Amino acid sequence: MVGNLLIRGMIVGVLAGLLAFVFAYVFGEPWVDWAIGFEGKMDAMKGMAEEPELVSRGVQSTFGLLTGVIVMGAALGGIFSIAYAFALGRLGRLSAPGTAVVVAVACFVTFVLVPQIKFPANPPSIGNPDTIVARTGLYFTMLGTSVLIAILCTMLARSWSQRHSAWLSTLMGIALYAVLMGIAMKALPTVDEVPDGFAANALWHFRLASIGIGAVIWGTLGIAFGYIAERYPLAVESTAH
Amino acid sequence: MSTTSLTPKLNSGSVQAIPLGAIAPWAIFGLLLAIVGIYFVGAEQGATALFKGMYVHEFVHDARHLLGFPCH
Ligand SMILES: [Zn+2]
Repeated sequence: MVGNLLIRGMIVGVLAGLLAFVFAYVFGEPWVDWAIGFEGKMDAMKGMAEEPELVSRGVQSTFGLLTGVIVMGAALGGIFSIAYAFALGRLGRLSAPGTAVVVAVACFVTFVLVPQIKFPANPPSIGNPDTIVARTGLYFTMLGTSVLIAILCTMLARSWSQRHSAWLSTLMGIALYAVLMGIAMKALPTVDEVPDGFAANALWHFRLASIGIGAVIWGTLGIAFGYIAERYPLAVESTAH
Repeated sequence: MSTTSLTPKLNSGSVQAIPLGAIAPWAIFGLLLAIVGIYFVGAEQGATALFKGMYVHEFVHDARHLLGFPCH
């Protein structure tokens, strides 16, 4: 039965990836192109030769992007369905679709919003190739910390809810997550490799598009998964009276 | 007409929790699958590499940047 949830999650994840591709192509790609143009100008000024293209821009911005976000969508859909399987029947009296929506919102905050506050997405030309190992390590540390603390706070909130109201324990759980993540952000080093002359406006729109892609993926997962749970409930999702 | 039909659907009884033991094996399997996918989109031929060359990196390049992974 959990296997069926996992398959559902990954299929809905592919759908989420498709929608995310459309969003990314429309709202993100113009800024990727802008940044690559900026990179070319900077390289030309330094007298560097143009980098040879292993994969053409045309492929990168279409099939490459599509493949990347669909694989990511399926992966996140799988993670979503596991989180949902744990949450189902354990979040007060929340119904199956209600659980899907709450899990999706929590995952968006945990996987996208909070990690990106500390390490925001960067378009091409930002980032020193020599620090890629450190930056990758920091990013995944932030992501892992956010996920672990979110799980911890959810478990604490559940145990508090035995003595306090559901709302009060939920709010205390969210507050604890916020405080602990604030400490983690302060403890981890900051990365600032934006080159001089990079347009602040382009950076802002690129980063907003990146958060938007996350919102489309997790939003689709929550809504479509919740819709399917309501319309075609599995045995584990039906409500006992 | 029963009284239950008057209560909003959102609160019409509770869903049974799935036993943790039933979730665990699928959780491990699903998580491993997800990690492989995320690794290839987010980090392969960047910080670390399982395959030689830059083809995977270059192919998913735009997705890597737009999904917020550190790239170059
Ligand atoms: Zn790059």
